Order: sequence, then structure tokens, then C-alpha cells
Amino acid sequence: MHTVVMTKGVPDFREGKVAFDEDGHLERGNTPTVMNPNDEHALRAALQTRVRHGGRVSVMSMGPPGYEDVLQEAMESVYADDCYLVSDKQFAAADTWATAITLATAIEHLGEPDLVFAGFKTADGETGHTGPQTCWGLDIPIVTHVVALDIDPEERTLRAKRLVEGDIEEIETVETSLPAFVVADPEFEPSYRTARHRLERKRLREEARERAADIDEHVTYWDHEELNLDPDYVGLDGSPTIVSSVDPIPRAPAEREATEVDPTDPEALGEVVEELTPHAGGD
Amino acid sequence: MSNMDEVGFDSSAAVDGGESFEAVVVGGGPGGAAAAAVLAENGVETLVLERGVEAGSKNVSGGLLYAEESAPYTLDGLFPGFRDEATERPVTRNYMDNLADGKVHTVDLGGVHHHDTEWCDSVLRRPMDSWVAERVHERTVEAGGGLLTGVRVNGLLREGGEIVGVTCDELDPIRADLIVAADGVNSELARDAGLMDWDEPEEWFQGVKAVVDVPPEEVNDRFGIDDDEGVARLFAGDLFEGVRGGGFLYTNRDSLSIGTVFHLDSLAAERAEPQELLDALLTHPHLGQWLPDEYDEYDEREYSAKLVPDSKKVAHPSPHEGRLLLVGDAAGQMQAQGPIIKGMNHAVSAGGLAAEAYIEARNRRQPESAGERYERRLHDSGLYGKLRPRRYEALGRFGEREVVADAVDDLAGSRLGRLGVRIAGGVVERAFNSPFLLGALPDTRTAYATVPRVLAEELGEPVRGDNDADPPSLEERIGDLTYDTDVGNPHIELMDNSFEASGTAVTACPVSAEGFGGGCYREETVRANGDEERVVSLDTQPCVECGTCAVVADTEWTHPRGGKGVDFRQG
Repeated sequence: MHTVVMTKGVPDFREGKVAFDEDGHLERGNTPTVMNPNDEHALRAALQTRVRHGGRVSVMSMGPPGYEDVLQEAMESVYADDCYLVSDKQFAAADTWATAITLATAIEHLGEPDLVFAGFKTADGETGHTGPQTCWGLDIPIVTHVVALDIDPEERTLRAKRLVEGDIEEIETVETSLPAFVVADPEFEPSYRTARHRLERKRLREEARERAADIDEHVTYWDHEELNLDPDYVGLDGSPTIVSSVDPIPRAPAEREATEVDPTDPEALGEVVEELTPHAGGD
Repeated sequence: MSNMDEVGFDSSAAVDGGESFEAVVVGGGPGGAAAAAVLAENGVETLVLERGVEAGSKNVSGGLLYAEESAPYTLDGLFPGFRDEATERPVTRNYMDNLADGKVHTVDLGGVHHHDTEWCDSVLRRPMDSWVAERVHERTVEAGGGLLTGVRVNGLLREGGEIVGVTCDELDPIRADLIVAADGVNSELARDAGLMDWDEPEEWFQGVKAVVDVPPEEVNDRFGIDDDEGVARLFAGDLFEGVRGGGFLYTNRDSLSIGTVFHLDSLAAERAEPQELLDALLTHPHLGQWLPDEYDEYDEREYSAKLVPDSKKVAHPSPHEGRLLLVGDAAGQMQAQGPIIKGMNHAVSAGGLAAEAYIEARNRRQPESAGERYERRLHDSGLYGKLRPRRYEALGRFGEREVVADAVDDLAGSRLGRLGVRIAGGVVERAFNSPFLLGALPDTRTAYATVPRVLAEELGEPVRGDNDADPPSLEERIGDLTYDTDVGNPHIELMDNSFEASGTAVTACPVSAEGFGGGCYREETVRANGDEERVVSLDTQPCVECGTCAVVADTEWTHPRGGKGVDFRQG
């Protein structure tokens, strides 16, 4: 079983990390890059597959050199065997279409993986297009919003429970053949209910920890020549998307009402709890 | 969606009715580790399940690990490098300080300390158990199993009334030919099998401990020792308000373990607060010479508590049922040899013997005979004789009868008794160092309070020095504990909240106190229909999982789920 997980580096949007210029535009150079938070679910699904059925997990990303931190993070969470960074100046400023063409070519270049996992949209673009478009490029079945997975490697089938959001949330079970493309939903929860699966996961973790400490040794870099891609069909030149305008990200109000609380003062902490209580319970 | 288990697919193990291992060891402490190591060395496919986030995170000990010359198994024998890597200091000196009336009388316990002792090291359970667990994992993996943390075994899997495996919170049922319950003093497996009950406070001790930060050079300086030496001091006398028990101080590499151990029935009867008795020891002028002074601030690394079985009364003579074998605290295998407590070493021996018994039974193609073979080994190795000395049955039990106890106590405290102490001071010291006499000692206030008091008053030197230690409040101690809350899954249910039924929990619980509202148990007055009623309320969040309340109150007590609850860093 060969599994590929797609991941992307995105600006760290946590408060205090993200830098804006005077016009309120994101300064990528001054904002740390982290693994797209939604990819975590794809990684978990891939790990569950690896633990249950063995084989190999590859992590793939497209981005500039310097993405090693993102790949290292991915390797540590999914205990991946190897990483592939699709990186070339020619790929710069690609829209989702050009990115998908590039990634689909790269995935095919790996051979024919049994499963490809992608996260549910990225934290920066938020289009949710790249996964399905890559799948279109690969011409394999896709299952989206997956919350639970069951694979039969011998029959070469995949059963999935997927979340259908409508007036009410509904779970439907679908079945398809391998190879297949899976988009994991944020509600995906891996399940390890047997001791042998947990022991296997522990073994993989210990091995991956050693690999991740020396990440450079486990990253393969591919450029457009390696992938035999025509520069006219990748990057900005290959992107049909036209950006009509860009809105600045609204900045947090410069001054907010804040009260400093002494963490050792029980009375003050009591007041904080009182403030928060009405908001507890998901209201 | 709150519970994704409902939408997941059943694992193949659940569909097939459980996965199987040849042996399952429940608990990653010394007893479980020894059993697993011996099983794995003999090629038995062994799975070890540990409830804590790491082995040792649920464990507390006073802190002395004895290796006896007569023991069939020791941890350094099973795990080479153990003493260099996993223990604190070799304890080379052992004293008992009897305190009363501003005086101290010190007895050298070297005789009993060194008797049958190959070595004795101070230990902290988190670093010790986690070091051992890593080795256990390596060995059990080689034999086709392994060690998993964060898994709580909650009961026995039965088929047609026979025990065939275990059930867990986090995993599907697991079948095994051998189940070793090394799940500690609050063993859920021993209770499930009907081999343990909670009922009698006089069958238990409760220990409370503070680990105090002291740099290694200060430890050496204050105790006059080198890096490869250590000191144990025990304390008795008038500082514990007549509660039966005593205090201890052990030197670690760069800290001190200071604590108290009391008979639970005495704590309950006196409605004593364990943390206050610990503070009475920590702030006693005699302790000032060893504790950080006004220039180095007193800093407690951890406050912890543990229930300890009194093997003389509860060591199970036949600790097995079908495929289930109990070892260590789960079988009540904790020996109080007078003031010296030995538990972990016996758990190690028992674990090794349980594994041996199974291997022999399997080789003879009689796996069902493992329990009987284990029982025979416990007796033949002499272990059982140490845990339940016959002379205690003959003398000790007799001495604990109230009339006898009162008479002896009156005599010891009388002018005649005092005269005897003055004339025969050396005899007393020899008596304290006699393993034979200590094994027959009745558990009465005479031994714990009266004799030490008389010794101090009649033979003691005045206590000199000051104590500047400022121990944290109970609230601060609780605040410093690491605790993984398990919202919606309380592990204690208060069955009767009337003060009569459960009020003792308010005082005996080490993280609760009368007049303190932030602990586990608290007392409240409820007004109803014009009447006022005193009731007991429960909040399990700061629970140190000692199990005290399960004995002194009316509760349904279980362990928290794997990895949840208290996470001791020292232990």
C-alpha cells in the first residue's frame, strides 16, 4: 500500500505571528510558514491507513525551498517514510489549476499510489479546489468530507463514511475501488482500538523521530525538468485565474479593552471565571 | 459531532471478539516490569498495559527500594545498569529520631537496615519506572508484544464464567492465557476477581509525601555524605497528635523525599488532616538542619499521596484466580517491618515468580496450573513468610486487642516503664534492630507514639536549631499538580453524601481539608424544609488517586481513563 499525502505551507495566522504592511496586506517574508492546519486531518487518515495496512507513506508539497520545516512537521505527524518537494521558479504564482496539474504530474511520477490524501481547503486560499482538481488530473475516484475509513487491500476497495452538510448533518457510507483520492474532513478522528495497531504506531513514531531529525536526507526535490512539464502550462503562465482585486485583511483594533489579572490572586481569577461563565457550553 | 466512535468502522478485533496475546501484564511498575521481563526473556508474547501517560506517572513511593540477598529477583539483576541510570542514591545510613518535649533520641537502625540487604537505594518513581518501562518495551517487542501507555484496563473478560482476558477503556477486549495484575493498590482486576475488598481502614496505611528541591552539593553538605552515599531518617514521637504512624526523610540526588505514613484507621478516628501532619514534620525544629534555610527558599517539587496495604493483614495467601495472577500491591504484598517499609522489592520478586510459574506450567502443558505454582513459589521462596510472619499472627494480633493495647501502653508510659527505658537504653536500640521482634510488633500507639515519646523524654538530647521552611498551603500544592481533566467522566461517585457516611473523606483525603473549599471533598450545610443538613460534596479534579475515600467513605471508586487524571513528575 503506497499512500501519498498532499500538504501545503501557509502563513501562520495565529495572532502575533502574522505581519501586515501599511496597506493591510500580508507580508509573507515576515510571517512564519506553517503546515496548513487542515492537512492535519489528511495526515491522520494516512497514518491510520499505514498503521492498519503497512506499506509506505510519502508526503508531497509544492513550494519554495525552505519548506523543510513544513515537511518535517508533516513527517513527525504522519511518520512518513519520505518527502517530495515540487519546487521550481517556474511554478511560482500558480493558481489552483496550475498547482493541480503540477502535483498530479508529480504524483504520477511516483508510480501509481494506492491512495492520495488531501486536507479540506487551505488556511490561506480557502478555495478547496486543489485537491479535487489534482484528483481530476489523476483520473481516479474521489471521496470528500471523509470522517471514517475502512480499506480492504485484497479486494482493492475503500469504504468511507462522509459527512454531508445540509439542513441537518448526515453521515453516508460510500464504497469505491483503489486507487482513490480522499479528502479528510476536520471531523475525521482516527481510531486505534487494538493493541497491535497502537504498538505499530509507537514503532513508526520512534523510527520517524530519527528520520525527522535529519529531514534533508529524506526530501527529494523535483523541478519542471524532472517532471517533464512545459513551463507554459505551470506557474503564473499556466494559471487561468484572473485576480480582479485584493482586499486587505481587516486588522484587529489597535486598542482593545483589556484588564490585567494577577494569576496568583484567587479573587481576580474568580472574576475572570464569572466573566467567562456565560460563554461556556458553546453558546 | 461529539463521539466519533459511533461513526467509525468496527475494528477487525471487535468483529472477531478480541485480539490475543499469550500474556497480558497490567501495570508498568516494578512488579509488572519484572513479570514482563522474565516472560519476554522466555519467548512469551507479552503485552504490557500501563494506565499513565508514562510508566511511573501514576505511582508514588516513600522512596526506598531494597534489594534483599534472599530475594529471587531484583531490578538490577533483571535490568543491567538500573542502579546507575534509574535510582537516586545508595542509602548507606538509616536512623530513627524519637521526638518529644523538645528533645530527640536517635536510634541507629543500621542493624535492621543492612540485614539481608544487598543494596538499598532511594528512588523517585517517575524517572525510575519510565527508565525500566523503556527496557521492558524493547524486550517485549522482541517477543512479539510491547508496552503501551495511556491504556486503562477496567475489568476481566470472561467466557462461561472463566477469565479469558481483559477489557479496556481505550482498546477492544484482549484475550490472553496469562493475565498478570500488577495494577497497584487500587487494583481493579483484583476487585473484579473478588480477591480484594476495600472495607477495613485498619488494613491500610496512607502515605503523604513532599519532594523538596535541594542542590546535590547541599544534600552532601547537610548530611555529611558523598555523591555515592545517602541517608534515611525516620521520625516518631509527639509531633503527630497521637495518630499511629511516623515520618521519613530520604536523600535523593538533588532533592529530599519527606513524608508521613499513618494507619488509615487512626487518621480516620482522629479526624486528622494528613497534610497538616506532614507540615508538623516539615516545620519541626529538628528538621531545620537539613532543609533549605532562610537564604535558599524552600521549594516543593511535588506533593503526592498513596495508600499502602498492610501485608501482615491483607497479603493474599492465594493471589490467583484462573488465568489471573496478582503481584505487588494488588496482592497486598507490602511489608511494614516495624518502621522500615519494603514493598517494591517484593513486587519485583512476585512478578518474577509469577512469570516463572507460568513458563513452567506452559512447558508442562498445564497452563491452568500457573496460579497454584505461583502460590507455591511465594511460600517456598520465603516471600510469604516475610509478608505475613507467623509470629505476628501469634503476638501482634493479640497485642492489638484493645484491653491488651491499653495495658501495654499504660505500662510503657508509667514510671516503671520509664525506669526500664533509662536502665535498658541499649536494649531498646537492639530491639529496634531486630527483624524478628519487628515482625511481631503489634500496630498500636505504644510502638508508634508512646515508646518513642518516653525514649525522647528519658534519654533524649535537646533539639537545637531553627526551621525556616515555609511549606506551601494545600491550595498551592494542589495548584502545582499536573492534572489532565476528564470532563464528563468522573471516576468517583459519592453513593451516600451524608456526613455520617462520607464525612471522614473530608479530612482523610490528602487534597481536601475541613474549611477548605477547593479540594476533592468538602463539607457543606444544606438547608431544606427549615432543617439544616451537613452533607459531603465531591469534585474529583485535584484527586491524587490514592483511593483513601474508597475506604473511609461510601463511594464507587475507579481509576480515571488512560492518561487522564493526575500526572506525577516525581512520584
